[in-house]
Amino acid sequence: MKGVLAALLLSTLAGAAQAQDQMSAGRYQAILGDCQGCHTAPGGKPFAGGLVLETPFGNMTVPNITQDRATGIGGWSETDFRRAVREGVAQDGTRLYPAMPYPAYTRMSDADLASLWAYLKTVTPVHHAVEADHLRFPFNIRALMAGWDWLYFKPERFAPTEGKTAEWNRGAYLVNGPGHCGACHTAKTLFGADGPVALTGASLQGWFAPEITDAKPRGVGGWSADDIVAYLKSGWNSHAVASGPMADVVERSTAQMTDGDLKAVAIYLKDQPAAQKPSSAAVAANDPAMADGKVLFQNNCVACHGANGKGEALMFPPLAGNPVLLQSSPENLIRVVLAGARAVSTPAAPTGPSMPSFAWKLNDAQLADLLTYVRNSWSNQATPVSADMVAKIRTSLKSGS
Amino acid sequence: MAKILPRKDVVIMGLGWTGAILAQELTDAGLDVVAIERGPWRDTATDFNIGYMPDELRFAVRKDLFLSPAQEAMTMRNSISQTAMPMRDYGSFLPGNGVGGAGVHWNGFVWRFHPSDFALKTQLTKRYGARRVSELQLEDWGVSYDELEHCFDQFEYLTGTSGKAGNLNGQMIEGGNVLEGSRKRDYPTPPLKMPYASTLFIEAAKNMGLHPFPAPAANLSRPYVNPLGVSMGQCTYCGYCERFGCANYSKGTPQTTILPVLMKKKNFEVRTESEVLKINLHPDGKTARSVTYVDRAGQEYEQPGAIILLCGYGLMNVRMMLLSGIGHPYDPASGEGAVGRNYCYQTQGAGARLIFEGKHFNPFIGTGALSATIDDFNGDAFDHSKLDFVGGAGISCGSSNGRPIGYHPTPRGTPRWGSKWKKAVAETYQNSLGIGAQGSSYPVRGNYLDLDPTYKDRFGRPLLRVTFDFPDNDIRMANYMSDQLEKIGRSMNPKELTVSRASKGWNSVPYQTTHNTGGATMGANPKTSAINRYSQSWDVSNLFVLGASAFQNNAGKNPTGTVGALAYWTAEAIRDRYLKKPGALVPA
Repeated sequence: MKGVLAALLLSTLAGAAQAQDQMSAGRYQAILGDCQGCHTAPGGKPFAGGLVLETPFGNMTVPNITQDRATGIGGWSETDFRRAVREGVAQDGTRLYPAMPYPAYTRMSDADLASLWAYLKTVTPVHHAVEADHLRFPFNIRALMAGWDWLYFKPERFAPTEGKTAEWNRGAYLVNGPGHCGACHTAKTLFGADGPVALTGASLQGWFAPEITDAKPRGVGGWSADDIVAYLKSGWNSHAVASGPMADVVERSTAQMTDGDLKAVAIYLKDQPAAQKPSSAAVAANDPAMADGKVLFQNNCVACHGANGKGEALMFPPLAGNPVLLQSSPENLIRVVLAGARAVSTPAAPTGPSMPSFAWKLNDAQLADLLTYVRNSWSNQATPVSADMVAKIRTSLKSGS
Repeated sequence: MAKILPRKDVVIMGLGWTGAILAQELTDAGLDVVAIERGPWRDTATDFNIGYMPDELRFAVRKDLFLSPAQEAMTMRNSISQTAMPMRDYGSFLPGNGVGGAGVHWNGFVWRFHPSDFALKTQLTKRYGARRVSELQLEDWGVSYDELEHCFDQFEYLTGTSGKAGNLNGQMIEGGNVLEGSRKRDYPTPPLKMPYASTLFIEAAKNMGLHPFPAPAANLSRPYVNPLGVSMGQCTYCGYCERFGCANYSKGTPQTTILPVLMKKKNFEVRTESEVLKINLHPDGKTARSVTYVDRAGQEYEQPGAIILLCGYGLMNVRMMLLSGIGHPYDPASGEGAVGRNYCYQTQGAGARLIFEGKHFNPFIGTGALSATIDDFNGDAFDHSKLDFVGGAGISCGSSNGRPIGYHPTPRGTPRWGSKWKKAVAETYQNSLGIGAQGSSYPVRGNYLDLDPTYKDRFGRPLLRVTFDFPDNDIRMANYMSDQLEKIGRSMNPKELTVSRASKGWNSVPYQTTHNTGGATMGANPKTSAINRYSQSWDVSNLFVLGASAFQNNAGKNPTGTVGALAYWTAEAIRDRYLKKPGALVPA
């Protein structure tokens, strides 16, 4: 009798341990997918939704995915959950918008989704009804999403590429599946579907998500795999620092990923082909904008970024060779100088130093010259910045978007 | 009616250096900590913006970052025979305001007091006899330099201090301060580059057989990552340290060393623009129950806590104890009572101004603590047996700034305005250097702090009354320093040498120094000290009082290094001793 009890107890314990393992594996899946990033409002309860996403089609409010029955997904089964994440269809049959990255999540494995569901079941239920979406007509007609899905959405599980290493394939899975890197870094078509060239950079929510292919200098071509790992782990490497939306991604997601997974991501990205874009010729040093920009740079920027544009490790990002500066679109650069920015703060690099705002000090023409200079000095090479571009972003920042 | 809030493990008044250090250490120990800060939140990019930080008018002249008399004023007098009057503006010293406290706008000197400074009564009595110090009210601190050594080290490594060791485990190292107490390791970063003025001073001092060295500075000579993982930038020698926040993350401040880590902790919270009104005691009067504070909207709260830490500016800590009825107020007539006792300042009267021809000192290249110093005439590092005083001064020559409004040296006899003045400034700006003597300040019976009988603040609480004049001993000391400055200055062959001398009659109007010390001093005897060797109140055992208010005497050095060391010392005592057995750590 005792033996039976002991065996029962052992098997219960083993079951509990297994559930525990699945739960912590699921927690890791939530980190990989950065679920909290969208499903938690600033200052809000984890997974209780309420964050407003700006899209070209209008604003969307992210739903509550805690286990609250009335306002969350407490009434959902695992099958309902699986269908929503991988097919973009809610429990009641309504279509989700692809702001929920189901076109990427569709590649996730059954096991990973099962553990993610096991984890979400343990999240504290929060009663929090989120407001409806504010999409413009006709995008506010959810039924139309069926058509969109038919046109642009391909439900498919991840399949390893033959001839590539297990590490490369893991990287491919992470980048294109749970990590949904392309949601920001791949340019979208007019209808919000992924464009033809993956990971070559895209504009969204007032930021330009840079190219992250092996392109040099715009992508990670000048970075070693270790540089990429350091960037994703700490937010910093010797080339760049994460700020803006990527700071959030690093803080909530990549900084908590295992070193093995980060390495896999790095290996995969290093193998992605560059965009076939003509590289722009450098603006000549004797261009009036360059001369003006140099003076402005010396008066405003050298104290931190150095006259040589090399910056300082873990404090002031370099400007020389920093891919963020050299994107086809200078919008991040303009935005950061106008509004300021805070570097990511991670356990590995907690400081989170900030770039102050210069909006009050530099007018549109000055800022354009300054950034033209920065984009074309120390071997940097990129298109000039115009006062009009600055004016446009200044206006949009003022209006709060 | 005050709203009563849920109890916290630790309630801190003031989030400057000591508040931030204690909060960091005690949250690491797992305690739930709240800091209540009178001033605003301050952050480098927002509040010390590189674009407008070098605004001398706003920050140095109009004192934007400092405490204003409207928030809290003080009354002042030179002796008990006078009636103290409230100041119209802070002048002689400038207390900080807001997160980071005075740690935001300091110069960045990170000194260790001499070992003898901590046991001055014992040291001087032994060396010169009791009679020589009978005019002073000396007390030992109850803690020794050797006990604090690792705490000094912690503060230096927290702030990335740039300097050169002169006494490494008893080994004297040329070029460092050979007169310092023994240290276990060198500074975390090498010394700053000496400006031209300092190199001339170093040469002159060496020729006289003295021992010049680069002053230890929390203005960083190179980029640094501290033990908390917080990184700091290399100093650009911009010359906007004192009265300013550092825009380059190069000056050691709570913002650049602790807050990035502390603010992310779930067991820490700061409530800014919230002023502590008083500490409330349990009915037996032996432990504190809570603090009462009022927020910006005027709402009053009572915040209970298991441990209360007074981490305000030293003078404010003393006032808070007096307002809350903690300890026995000091009475200068009887010499009894500990709270308010042994208030000291800093003896700054001795200085030298040298004017040369054909030099290019480039005074605009500077950092707050950029200087060469000699300790040959400091503390008890030299023999006083044939002298008519005790104590001494650190003598320094450096370049803290050459700012356009505040810095325009002129030769003697120059008119105070007009074209002749302008011409003289233009000629002298590049040709002048100063040598300063930062003198010790020793306690006497008549210098003390108490509550003003007449004047009240906006909450109806009595103002703090400062009764102070430079003691005769300190004036004699300063005069001796003027003589030394004269000798050093003359040996540098200037075209003109002007030596100033200290005099009685402390004036609260012109700026002198913000090194106010004492009033809630630490010691071994509850009759002559307010707190024990662990900064714990003798009277209220769950109250600890941090900061320079603990000093029994002020040395010829800036106080912050010792303030930082005592903060780590106290944190260690709370963590390793008090938490295991709450109650008095030293039997009274």
